[in-house]
Amino acid sequence: MHELDLKALGVTAINQKLYHIPKDTNERHWVIRNPMGQHAIACGVDAPLLIDIMGHVGFYCGGMNKEAEITIHGHAGVGVAENMMSGIVWVKGNASESAGATANGGLLVIEGDASSRCGISMKGVDIVVGGSVGHMSAFMAQRGNLVVCGDAGEALGDSIYEARLYVKGRADNLGSDCIEKEMREEHLEDLAKLLDRAKMKHRPQDFRRYGSARKLYNFNVDHADAY
Amino acid sequence: MDTNVPRTPPRKSATFDDYTLAEIRRAASTGIYDIRGAGTKRKVPHFDDLLFLGASISRYPLEGYREKCGTDVVLGSRFAKKPLELKIPITIAGMSFGSLSAQAKEALGRGASAAGTSTTTGDGGMTPEERGQSRHLVYQYLPSRYGMNPDDLRKADAIEVVVGQGAKPGGGGMLLGQKISDRVAQMRCLPKGIDQRSACRHPDWTGPDDLEIKIHELREITSWEKPIYVKVGGTRPYYDVALAVKAGADVVVLDGMQGGTAATQDVFIEHVGLPTLACLRPAVKALQDLGMHRKVQLIISGGIRSGADVAKALALGADAVAIGTAALVALGDNDPIHEEEYRKLGTTAGAYDDWHEGRDPAGITTQDPVLAARLDPVKAGRRLSNYLKVMTLEAQTVARACGKSHLHNLEPEDLCALTVEAAAMAQVPLAGTSWIPGRGGY
Ligand SMILES: Cc1cc2nc3c(=O)[nH]c(=O)nc-3n(C[C@H](O)[C@H](O)[C@H](O)COP(=O)(O)O)c2cc1C
Repeated sequence: MHELDLKALGVTAINQKLYHIPKDTNERHWVIRNPMGQHAIACGVDAPLLIDIMGHVGFYCGGMNKEAEITIHGHAGVGVAENMMSGIVWVKGNASESAGATANGGLLVIEGDASSRCGISMKGVDIVVGGSVGHMSAFMAQRGNLVVCGDAGEALGDSIYEARLYVKGRADNLGSDCIEKEMREEHLEDLAKLLDRAKMKHRPQDFRRYGSARKLYNFNVDHADAY
Repeated sequence: MDTNVPRTPPRKSATFDDYTLAEIRRAASTGIYDIRGAGTKRKVPHFDDLLFLGASISRYPLEGYREKCGTDVVLGSRFAKKPLELKIPITIAGMSFGSLSAQAKEALGRGASAAGTSTTTGDGGMTPEERGQSRHLVYQYLPSRYGMNPDDLRKADAIEVVVGQGAKPGGGGMLLGQKISDRVAQMRCLPKGIDQRSACRHPDWTGPDDLEIKIHELREITSWEKPIYVKVGGTRPYYDVALAVKAGADVVVLDGMQGGTAATQDVFIEHVGLPTLACLRPAVKALQDLGMHRKVQLIISGGIRSGADVAKALALGADAVAIGTAALVALGDNDPIHEEEYRKLGTTAGAYDDWHEGRDPAGITTQDPVLAARLDPVKAGRRLSNYLKVMTLEAQTVARACGKSHLHNLEPEDLCALTVEAAAMAQVPLAGTSWIPGRGGY
C-alpha cells in the first residue's frame, strides 16, 4: 500500500503518478489522503489499480476510468465515474448530479443517495444505488442497468433506449416512453447478481423493472406530444 | 365577360410566395417539419458585402510571387503543452462519421493533411480511417458523447468541447434511422435502424463554472498536452467568447448561422442565430477586452467559400477559419455530374440538401456501401487539398495587395463595406465614406 497526500502533491501530480505506474508492477494499492473535495481526482486511470480516496471528492472523480477499482470514502460531487469504460467506482456516501453519466462499462456503486440525472445517457455501465435517485435519472439511457434500492425521482427513464431500470421503492413519475415491464426470470437473475456485486442485501422479487416502450424510436407525428 | 375591361394580371403574394405555399401544403400532408442538411439559404449580410481597399500612395503593396506572405497559425498556445502548428489558417470543421461516409471522412483527413491543416471528428466518435489519414485531428466532445473514450481522447491532437453549432444554436441532433448502419450503431451503443437523438445540453455540466471544471478534467486526462477548443453557435458572441475564455479555453470556435449541418429542422436553420459577419467583431472585442486577442485563438466558420472570405475574416480579427460545406463540395457534393440522379430524388445539383436521408449520389452524406464506394478517398482528398491551396493563394494575393507580409497582419482598416448593414456589423466604413454606423454617436 502506498500513500499519496493530495494536500502536498495536488491533483495533477497524483493523476500523473497513477497514469505512469508500470503495467507489470505489484504496487497496485494506492491510498489518496486529504482529497478536500477537489475535482478530477483519479480520472482517466487506465490500469488495474486499487485506489482508496479517504474523504469527499469534487466533480468527475474516476471519470473515464478503465480497469481501476476506486473507492471514495466520503461523498462524491457531480459526474462521478462519468464515461467510465470498465473497472469499479464505489462511493461510500452520497453522489451529486449526473453520477455515471454516459458511462460505457464497469460498475458504479453508490451506497447512499444519488442526485438528479443519475445514469444520464448511460451506454453500458451497471449502476447500483443503495438509496434514492433524483429527477431525470436514466434520461436517454442507452444500455446497461440502473438499480435503485430506494425511490426514483420525477421523469425516470425519459426518452430511454435499451437500458434496464430496477427500482425497489416508488417510481411514480416515469418520463416519456418509459414504462413498467414484466420482471422475468432472467431479469431476477441479473438483478440478483448486480445486488450481490454491490453487496446490497435486498430481494430481487421486491423490485420492479422499467424500460423503453420503444414508441419514440422512429419519429411519428402522432407521438409529438410525448416530447 | 367584357374582354375590353383592363384586368390586373394575376399577382402572387410576397408574403405567401410559391415556396411558402408549397411548404404549407407539404406540412399539411405529412405532419412533420422539414428536416434538411446544409446551412441557411436566405441571403444575409456576409463577407461579400465587404471589399478590400488595396495599396495606394500611403500604403505600398508586396510583390506577388516574390515577397513572402506567411500563412501559418499556431492554435492552442495558451495552456496546451503541444499546440497545433498549421501551415494554413483554414481548418476542416467537425462533421460526424454517421452523417458522412467513412470514405468521405478519410478524404477530409487526406486533403487537410496534404494542405498542412487539421480536420475534426464529429458527433459519432473517431474512426481509424480519419485518425490514420489526419496529420492533425481535433476530437469533438459533444453532449451525446457517442463513441467517447479516453483512448481516442489521448490519440487526438486537440479536443473541441461543442456547446453549439451555428445552424442550430440551442439544438441537439438527429441522425435518422436509415443512416444507422451496423458500424454507426455499434460506435454509438444503440440498436440499428432507430433514430438517434443527440442531446442539446451536456449530461454532466451546465454553465460556465462547470465548463471550467470539465475542461480541467479533460486536461488532466490528456496530461495538459492538448489544446482545448470550445465551439459555440453565433448567438451572444461577446458573452460566449468571454465565458469560454474564463472557463479556460485555448481556442474558441464560433459558427455563424450560415454554418452547415447534417440534419436539422429548416425552421431552426433559417430562423435562429446570427450571421457569421455579425458574430466576428463582438467576439474579437471580447478577446481584446480581456487582453486575450491572439493569445486565445478565434476560429470563425459559417459560409466560408474562398480566399477572399478567409482574408476578410482574418482582417476582422479571426486567427483562422473552418469550412464544412465548401469542403464537401470540393470532395464532390452537389456536382452536376450526378444531375440525372438528383432529378430522380426530386432535386437538382446545387440544391440537394436531403443529407439526412442517406441517398447521396456523390457517396458523401451516406452510409449505403454501394453509394459510399463511389467516392475515391485518394482522389477526393486531392481535390480538397487543391481547393485549400487555392483559397490560401487567393488570401495571400489579397494580403500582398494590402502590403501585408502575413495573413494575420490584415486589419479592419484594409476593408470597407458595400452596405450600411455590413458596415454596422463589421464596424468598417461604408465604401467611399468615413462612416461606421454606431460610431461617434451616429
Ligand atoms: C454534414 C455536416 C455534418 C456536421 N456535423 C457536425 C458535428 O458532428 N459536430 C459539430 O460541431 N458540427 C457539425 N457540423 C457543422 C460544422 O462543424 C461547421 O460548423 C459548419 O459546417 C461550418 O459552416 P459551413 O458549412 O458553411 O462551412 C456539420 C456540418 C455538416 C455540413
